[in-house]
Amino acid sequence: MPTNEIAGNETTAAKAAQTVAGLDAVPGAGHGTSVSLRSLTRAFGATRALDEMSLDIAPGELVALLGPSGCGKTTALRIVAGFEFADSGEVLIDGSDVSGVPAAKRDMGMVFQSYSLFPNMNALENVAFGLRMRKVVGSARRKRAGELLDMVGLAAQAGQYPHQLSGGQQQRVALARALAIEPRVLLLDEPLSALDAKVRLQLREQIRTLQQRLGTTTLFVTHDQEEALSMADRVGVMRSGKLEQVAEPADLYSRPATAFVAEFVGTMNRLPAELSGDGKTATVLGITVPVQDGGPASGPADALIRPENLTVTPAEGGDGIVTGRTFLGAVTRVAVRLSGDTEIAVDVSSTAALPMAPGTAVRVSLPTAPVLVAARES
Amino acid sequence: MAAVATERTPAPTPVAAARPRRRSVPVWRWVVMLIAAVYFLLPLYAALRFAGIKAFGTIFTQQGFGSSLWLSVRLAAVTWLVTMVLMIPTTVYVHLRLPGLRRLLEGITILPIVIPPVVLIIGVLQVMPLGLRATVWMLPLEYVILALPFAYRAIDAGLRAIDVKTLTEAAGSLGAGWLTTLWRVILPNLRTGVLSATILIVALVLGEFTMASLDLQQTFPVWIVLFDQLDAQMSVAASIFALLVTWLLLMLITVVATRQSRRSGGGEVTLFTVAPRETIGN
Repeated sequence: MPTNEIAGNETTAAKAAQTVAGLDAVPGAGHGTSVSLRSLTRAFGATRALDEMSLDIAPGELVALLGPSGCGKTTALRIVAGFEFADSGEVLIDGSDVSGVPAAKRDMGMVFQSYSLFPNMNALENVAFGLRMRKVVGSARRKRAGELLDMVGLAAQAGQYPHQLSGGQQQRVALARALAIEPRVLLLDEPLSALDAKVRLQLREQIRTLQQRLGTTTLFVTHDQEEALSMADRVGVMRSGKLEQVAEPADLYSRPATAFVAEFVGTMNRLPAELSGDGKTATVLGITVPVQDGGPASGPADALIRPENLTVTPAEGGDGIVTGRTFLGAVTRVAVRLSGDTEIAVDVSSTAALPMAPGTAVRVSLPTAPVLVAARES
Repeated sequence: MAAVATERTPAPTPVAAARPRRRSVPVWRWVVMLIAAVYFLLPLYAALRFAGIKAFGTIFTQQGFGSSLWLSVRLAAVTWLVTMVLMIPTTVYVHLRLPGLRRLLEGITILPIVIPPVVLIIGVLQVMPLGLRATVWMLPLEYVILALPFAYRAIDAGLRAIDVKTLTEAAGSLGAGWLTTLWRVILPNLRTGVLSATILIVALVLGEFTMASLDLQQTFPVWIVLFDQLDAQMSVAASIFALLVTWLLLMLITVVATRQSRRSGGGEVTLFTVAPRETIGN
């Protein structure tokens, strides 16, 4: 069931390379490093944090690992970084196995979820730390660190200590510090989750722009689907140590491979469905529609349909009753209770939603496009 | 309505409770201060009266004064060095790799406080190799044991104030090895904890009598007791002098440590606690 769209890699990489070339002529851009995770397995006691996980990241690509807490995404990132070790499987960087290479020798820049700047050093010294470890001489070191601080827009804060910087500034310094060593791979471990919403949005764009400009292959771990969908070239959705699906954000949203992905990304309705004998069609709200591959072949099932793919019209004697409305701007999300106590959400244009006050009888229908079907939840 | 009523009722209570308390606190504070002051200062005053001012002028020239004080200072330095080299990597390692053992280590390090020094030294004398017995080299080894509870707690408090794991990993990902990380990243941020430990070790070694005397070494406290039999007045003057030196040393370390710590955003340095760092907003 887990789909690994390795075939899609080349086109994505080509696209990423184009974007980089179009943005800036940075030397070395687009000649990033490829990363391959091969059947990584890691168990902590009885729980399998990673279960035969495989993933290929093309040079210059930003792949986000998305999933609920405990799904193994952080473990995967930490194994790539060299802070954890897999029980079996390997990590290939540009084709060579790095399993025996200690973290300090892997040349990977990492930004952590918690503030990780060295409190005893100012912003410039923090950025220069990795260069110092690489024996870059004083003047060259300060110059390069200064350039990187400038790149994240913090040249004026060079002399400030971490406790004098805001959370967002600290994470930008941390990003500059990770990029200063010209890492082969950039690893981002939920770097935005400690920040407030507005700062998070700005920093999200800044990270993406820098990553594309430098062409650094990046693995980004997050539990925030909006973050993953808006920043990544491809998103891998993880559950219980396995990759459920790896796809470009638009594909992930419109063509989820499994019920878990469908419901984890965006809002999803569950509607009772009757499967036909051969399991190829289903009857939903009295309409027969083709069934997408990947669901159960028989038995009680639910059809998974996004709010914007349903239509709702006021109708005397309709099978649904409006229970609430949420105004979202151009569209209004209408909550409808169907017979059999099924609660669903339908997005309609805000003008069309005007006559649908709570208590209005409505009829809900769906297009005859293929639907994803999942086993019914009790 | 009921909800509103319950919201309102508790509101006046804190005000009512605070009023009498605000009046009574200063009074009690002064009473406690006064009792403590009398308790601590009266013996000092008595000692000063007994010794007389004149005695202070001559203690420096007394035989054994300089050598015993110098011995105690050297012992403090060696004890400090051994304790730090032993305890900092151990405590850091336990924090990083064996957090489950923290409680055990805490329990072990409290033992030297629970076991009386006399018992300790008698035990040590039983097992100590002959070559070390009654030598000056034995003392710092014993003092390291005595210093363990203080050193461990001070360093532990310092480590708790920083995110050791993330800092270590950050340094690692940037190419720093274990020793470099310890020296350049952990130690500078542990400065307050280390200085707290230093204060306690110095005070401990400069005042320790039992072990030194049973080990037949003439440290400063031992000299004072011996000298007491020759000239009681002079000996009391020396004790007061020792108290002053220790006190000045401690003040100096505290002030310097706090100033250093403030520079990089740390808190005030006290003996067991290091105020956590604060970060402004987002």
